Amino acid sequence: MAKINLTVNDKNYTVDVDPKTPLLWVLRDNLGLTGTKYSCGKALCGACTVHLDGKAVRSCTFPVSAVGSASITTIEGLSSDLKHPLQKAWIQEEVSQCGYCQPGQIMTAAALLANKPNPSDEDIDETMSSVLCRCGTYQRIRRAIHVAAEGGVR
Amino acid sequence: MSSTTAINRRDFLKLSTSAGIGLVLGFCLPTKKLYGIDSPEAVESFAPNVWLAIDRSGTVTITFSRCEMGQKIWTSLPMIVAEELEADWSKVRIKQGDFNRAAYGSQTTGGSASVRTSYNRLRRAGAVAREMLISAAAQTWKVPVNRCRAENGTVINLDTKQKLKYGELTELAAQQPIPDEVPLKDPKDFKIIGQSLKSLNADLRVNGKAVFGLDFKLPGLLTAVIARCPVIGGKVANFDDSITKTIPGVRHVVEVTNGVAVVADDTWTAIKGRKALKITWDEGPNANLSSEIISETLKNAVEKPGTVLRDDGNVEKAEKESRKKITADFEVPYLDHAPMEPMNCTAYVHENTCEIWAPTQRPSRAHRIGTQVTGLDAKNVIVHILPMGGAFGRRLQYDYVRDAVEVSNLIKAPVKVLRTRDEDIQHGTYRPATYHRVSGSLDKNGYPLSWNHRVSGPGPYPGLITGGADTLAYDIPNIHVDYVMSDISIPTGAWRSVANTQNAFVNECFIDELAVAAGKDPYLYRRKLLEIYPRMVKVLDLVAEKAHWGNQPKGHFQGIAIHPSFHSRAAIVVELNTDKRGGLNIHKVVCAIDCGLAINPDGVKAQLEGGIILALTAALYGAITLKNGRVQQSNFHNYKLLTMRETPLLETYIVDIDEPPTGVGEPPVPPTPPALANAIFAATGKRIRTLPVDIKKLRRYR
Ligand code: FES
Ligand code: FES
Repeated sequence: MAKINLTVNDKNYTVDVDPKTPLLWVLRDNLGLTGTKYSCGKALCGACTVHLDGKAVRSCTFPVSAVGSASITTIEGLSSDLKHPLQKAWIQEEVSQCGYCQPGQIMTAAALLANKPNPSDEDIDETMSSVLCRCGTYQRIRRAIHVAAEGGVR
Repeated sequence: MSSTTAINRRDFLKLSTSAGIGLVLGFCLPTKKLYGIDSPEAVESFAPNVWLAIDRSGTVTITFSRCEMGQKIWTSLPMIVAEELEADWSKVRIKQGDFNRAAYGSQTTGGSASVRTSYNRLRRAGAVAREMLISAAAQTWKVPVNRCRAENGTVINLDTKQKLKYGELTELAAQQPIPDEVPLKDPKDFKIIGQSLKSLNADLRVNGKAVFGLDFKLPGLLTAVIARCPVIGGKVANFDDSITKTIPGVRHVVEVTNGVAVVADDTWTAIKGRKALKITWDEGPNANLSSEIISETLKNAVEKPGTVLRDDGNVEKAEKESRKKITADFEVPYLDHAPMEPMNCTAYVHENTCEIWAPTQRPSRAHRIGTQVTGLDAKNVIVHILPMGGAFGRRLQYDYVRDAVEVSNLIKAPVKVLRTRDEDIQHGTYRPATYHRVSGSLDKNGYPLSWNHRVSGPGPYPGLITGGADTLAYDIPNIHVDYVMSDISIPTGAWRSVANTQNAFVNECFIDELAVAAGKDPYLYRRKLLEIYPRMVKVLDLVAEKAHWGNQPKGHFQGIAIHPSFHSRAAIVVELNTDKRGGLNIHKVVCAIDCGLAINPDGVKAQLEGGIILALTAALYGAITLKNGRVQQSNFHNYKLLTMRETPLLETYIVDIDEPPTGVGEPPVPPTPPALANAIFAATGKRIRTLPVDIKKLRRYR
């Protein structure tokens, strides 16, 4: 066990955990931030995606001790009021079915847009094809990312 | 024209409104059997399964007993109530009811049944409340009810143009008698039904606030994972937990039916604790079972006499008389549901009470497991239903509920038992593998004279292997369909559209073979054989028109299929193109459905898109295989899901028809794999008779 300091969604926390614990379980079990999802546990699906200093990271295989001083953003911290252009686009395009994969989809897309404000279909496919959705919402995800990139929901 | 409908008073219950609760009505929806077979509308005793409450602020809260798993019934069902209620849609809220057989009747969610079995009842419920609100307003204004009209959450006095909001009327409305009959709106006047409305609660799915089963928390909640015998059906012989118990945070190690549970303060500790267990397994009767053995068994069984499902005319005689007979064998594998949220359940057994929080499609089963495991009276077992991160039929089962109740019963503490992905895939309740032999003979014009189909699959439930085989819609004078079941002890269950998945593949690939044998166009061949069913023809025509059937550019190849299921009809055209490297690519999938009235058309389209992707995933990748009794797949690297890049263009069309709503969630699934197989034939001349399709091999063909 070790005491580890974390900054999550601009708040500081200290947790006392096995340093090898994947960040996912620290977020979910220790900090109660359950918006970040578990699905494969092997970096194969993207459901657990969070941002570390703005970069998309799969928290299910990322040891909490490796976070260091990086600032963590989870889906709960993406916006406090559904104002993120992707959240608005997701609602407009009725992307979610069960919704379980969507935090990971949105966090992955947010990191993409931060890097490439105007992604092509190919850019979107490239980044998003590693985030799985069993309900089959891909076509709408792609559309919503374009909506958000092209000035967003008006 | 609006119609009037008589009200069976026993179907309604009015709650008193003494302390300003507002108007609260309970009403009944018919119950139904699983897999979509409706029971008669008659409801034996009064048991409301939907509650409608309007409070003083005018907020309409509808409590539903059925569950949400991504099919958007939490939007489409309230739309139906709100339409007749003339509610202000922005004030409609929805609540999940707990399990309560006495209050709700069947709460099973499956069989694409929620909308179609409750449409009329929900309309009547909304209309009853509306009429009571109108009466209350008429009484207030001292005018006849026919001088009042309800609109957008208010009642309007037609003479004075005064308005009263529903919220202002609830107290008085609750004192009105339940009317004997109520007018229902003319569908032409629908303002909500037929609109593509945004999902209620959509924000919870984009801000991380939705609480799925896995997210559920209780004070003092412990977390457990179970070490399960890798061989299906095996048991624990003995185990050593000495290392596990030294891990800080591990609280208990207990043996349960499905293995050894490690209970810890948090998930990661439980997983670590499980890894440290030393277990000797009794591998049981399946220790040598393999996919090869299963395949051999099912193949051999087609030689055995079958149990007859359908026998029209005389197939034997027809085959003798025909000039042309063809026979083909088909085979499809076991499939797992693999929803993104793995199976999990929370239970707390304490002081003669068992509380269960389950993401479940069938709370009645969860309840029964609660009573069986704890021995408690039914009334002391409480089941709360949680939203599901996908289900596709998997959560009709209760194995994962048993896990939680057994562990909590042993440790008498609140515990969540979750499955890691490998467990979830390796201990599923699979869509059964099946083997099929089908033969057809042609008349002198090339149309089928006979059809003979034998389904061979694992038992014990014929419904999981036969559905969709005997209901072949084609107009063929001699049809024989039967089935043989073999004793293979792999757990099976309903998988989105159940046995329609296996049998539509066979029906629709084989009819294509007959069309080609007859030298006819596969679309027109089907069309001719479906003339007796105008609604089928309409769907087929729509998909052919929208897909530009027969007019595809060079290098593009199409396949078509149609299948009726869950009272709907769905048709698919898959279009392939050759890519730069000479391989085949799925370019586009066009789908048409006749699902009667589409309550929420965009919601219907979402289901079609999702159903097509699930079906393509199965056709291209889906296979659960066994070796030494062990499922060989363990995660998404070897139980692959279609990705965004692989997703073709999807076009979906809904037949515009004035008929009551029918199923939507499942019908797009069955015709998709055969349409793909038929397109591959068009492109390569190779028939695909086993799934999954081997695309790499396909590339080599070119
Ligand atoms: S749960 Fe982390 S990638 Fe799947
Ligand atoms: S919306 Fe259900 S898994 Fe993506």
